[in-house]
Amino acid sequence: MRLSDPIELEALRAVLAQGPAPVRRLWVCGGPGCLAAGAGRVQEALQAAAGEMGLAASVEYRTDLTGCLGLCERGPLVGVEPEGFLYGRVGPGDAMELVAETLLAGRLVGRLAADPDLPAGSDQPFYRPQTRLVMRRFGRVRPDSLEDYLASGGYAALGLALAGLSPGEVSRRVEESGLRGRGGGGFPAGRKWASCREAKGPAKYVVANGDEGDPGAFMNRSLMEGDPFSIIEGLTLGAYAIGAGKGFIYVRHEYPLSVERLGLAIGEAVSRGLLGPDILGSGFSLDLETVEGGGAFVCGESTSLMASIEGREGQPRVKYVRSTEKGLWDCPTLLQNVETWANVPPIVERGPDWFRSLGSDRNPGTKVFSLVGQVRRSGLVEMPLGSPIRAIVKDVGGGARPGRRLKAVQTGGPSGGCLPDGALDLPLDFDSLTAAGAIMGSGGLIVMDDLSCMVDVARYFTGFLMGESCGKCAPCREGLVLIHRILDGLCRGHGRRGDAAELSRLADMLSRTALCGLGQSAANPLLSTLRHFGEEYREHEEEGFCRSGRCQGLFQPLIDPEACTGCGASQKVCPAGAVRGAGKKPREVDAAGCVSCGACLQACRFGAAKAVPRPGRG
Amino acid sequence: MASVDLNLVDEILRTRPPEPRHLLALLQEIQARFRYLPKEAMLAVAGYLDVPLARVFSVAGFYKALSLTPKGERLVTVCQGTACHLRGASGLVGALEKRLGIGLGQTSADGRYGLESVNCLGACALAPVATVDGTVHGHLSPSKALELV
Ligand SMILES: Cc1cc2nc3c(=O)[nH]c(=O)nc-3n(C[C@H](O)[C@H](O)[C@H](O)COP(=O)(O)O)c2cc1C
Ligand code: FES
Repeated sequence: MRLSDPIELEALRAVLAQGPAPVRRLWVCGGPGCLAAGAGRVQEALQAAAGEMGLAASVEYRTDLTGCLGLCERGPLVGVEPEGFLYGRVGPGDAMELVAETLLAGRLVGRLAADPDLPAGSDQPFYRPQTRLVMRRFGRVRPDSLEDYLASGGYAALGLALAGLSPGEVSRRVEESGLRGRGGGGFPAGRKWASCREAKGPAKYVVANGDEGDPGAFMNRSLMEGDPFSIIEGLTLGAYAIGAGKGFIYVRHEYPLSVERLGLAIGEAVSRGLLGPDILGSGFSLDLETVEGGGAFVCGESTSLMASIEGREGQPRVKYVRSTEKGLWDCPTLLQNVETWANVPPIVERGPDWFRSLGSDRNPGTKVFSLVGQVRRSGLVEMPLGSPIRAIVKDVGGGARPGRRLKAVQTGGPSGGCLPDGALDLPLDFDSLTAAGAIMGSGGLIVMDDLSCMVDVARYFTGFLMGESCGKCAPCREGLVLIHRILDGLCRGHGRRGDAAELSRLADMLSRTALCGLGQSAANPLLSTLRHFGEEYREHEEEGFCRSGRCQGLFQPLIDPEACTGCGASQKVCPAGAVRGAGKKPREVDAAGCVSCGACLQACRFGAAKAVPRPGRG
Repeated sequence: MASVDLNLVDEILRTRPPEPRHLLALLQEIQARFRYLPKEAMLAVAGYLDVPLARVFSVAGFYKALSLTPKGERLVTVCQGTACHLRGASGLVGALEKRLGIGLGQTSADGRYGLESVNCLGACALAPVATVDGTVHGHLSPSKALELV
């Protein structure tokens, strides 16, 4: 049924919000990590078990898939409403017990508690420091249900706007909120809105950037799959504010489920009169569609992305003219990251002052981070901007894994930088990170421990960007190859004196002369590791030594007999059979048989195995 | 090479209006159905959208998701995202390359296997991960990766 005006929308929202609520609900996490770990099968098994108990069509006792619950490390997760229990590592075989004990009886199944060391429920170290705004519906609604979206406050902002806010007023709220772009640069969204509002053109467009190219980042995917309507409502408000009639959501090629969810959500919204022609009888229309990317990282860059939507090669252009004036087909275009768009509805509804009460002064609001790497609890985390890095890495993430020491935190994806553990007190906001030589980027936070080699990390990111460079400008196309060759040499033990100096020179040239953001920032991983971890470069260059035990052949493992507990883990993984010893006695490495692969270092949970220089080198 | 089913190509073309902006989407659909972009299909696309064949080829060459030669029947994709890299993805690639006798981005001579990389599947907590025909396998070691093929 189409809603014909904002009053009907309000009435429907009220009915839905007061509708019969389930007594109890099992929420199966449908985040990317849990889906990969088998959450789909868990949900099927729960449904089947509920069916056996005669609850198949029950409204009171339900099991449903929802958006990402966050604690990916322990997936597949199942959350329990209203008790707030959180179960982890749930398998289809646990379904009967969960339905009988928890769904029906409301009792905790202790053996499945997500974190056995912690009290059940969401009041855990992982959740306590977080503020969920963008993720507020994850674990509360079915992502593909417009009714759930409406019942949880969705479309209140659009209703409000179309009932009486002028386009200028909608834009003003976003301008005054201080919202900054969540896709990387942190550019004030309001400035783009204002300039796009004023720009003239035969047509105007709104675009959501869901390309999420950074390796090790899945915030945007979780959002597109966990709350697609919030992005759509944001885009609709944006289009209303600037006077656009057409919009696109550009989704990364590797995210077919995101494309599907967004497409279905668009269809639902259209059928309700919340999108498409004559929205809520206001005369304002917006036609929205999804566009699937082609698997090119550079297409996340705004000008390349627009070229891609136009059906061309995704090559960037020099930004003489802003896209807000001449973007898609040379028309004014308002392009924001999907998370930026998802922030718009609550800002319009609750006002700029409310938004500014979250986060810090120049960085209002929250940010979703994907916390991954060598950390105890990987997951999806949302924090007020300006929280210290420590709060995320140590409090939420639990710090380094057993036996390991935290070495660096990498932010900002391949264009970002590595910060040493001494920088943990820095506030996580756009300006502090840029000042420290890293960038916020789209929210990837990658934790590295003492077994992560910083030269190898620089080589990894440089290699990534070398592969993704579009080749249009020479500094990026050629410079990255030169840099990568030197880094690769260092990691293979072919380092030469002067390598680090040459790297600095090339990095400087690249940053100053590249055409687009990809090349201009491509040296950041190199520059930040040179700056904070220069000693590791020196060891690779002068001694052919990798202290992290990562670069094969550039170290020898040594097991500290004092620290070794004799657990035998290193022995089990050694592919060369070079770890000797038996029983509970400390193990020893036979240097002659050792192939210097580092497997024993990775396996030791007690920090007893260390990398030392190979005799005869250096 | 077997002849190309032009009826199928036609069917795909007719799913979208003949506007040049649909070039990428049409090529992706053809790629999905044929596992590569047959020359005949590219000619048909150029004609349908009324764009130069050169533009079709340049788009086909630019995007990684598109391929001018057939991809393997079973696609093994190793994640090379940062989290997976830190937890040993290169070891998986090495083992798979050796076993299948092909490098990343290649297809085995008999056309049965393709080996590719992807940058993050959002399953970083399970790192290192790989997918076989879209199904994700996590917490892999080189030896566990070999069991997948
Ligand atoms: C090489 C490169 C890749 C980028 N990738 C993305 C991306 O995947 N997602 C994104 O939102 N922005 C990406 N950006 C930033 C966009 O160009 C653009 O600034 C952003 O989408 C604007 O939205 P925002 O202001 O809401 O952040 C990238 C930029 C560069 C230079
Ligand atoms: S880096 Fe491999 S799944 Fe994220």
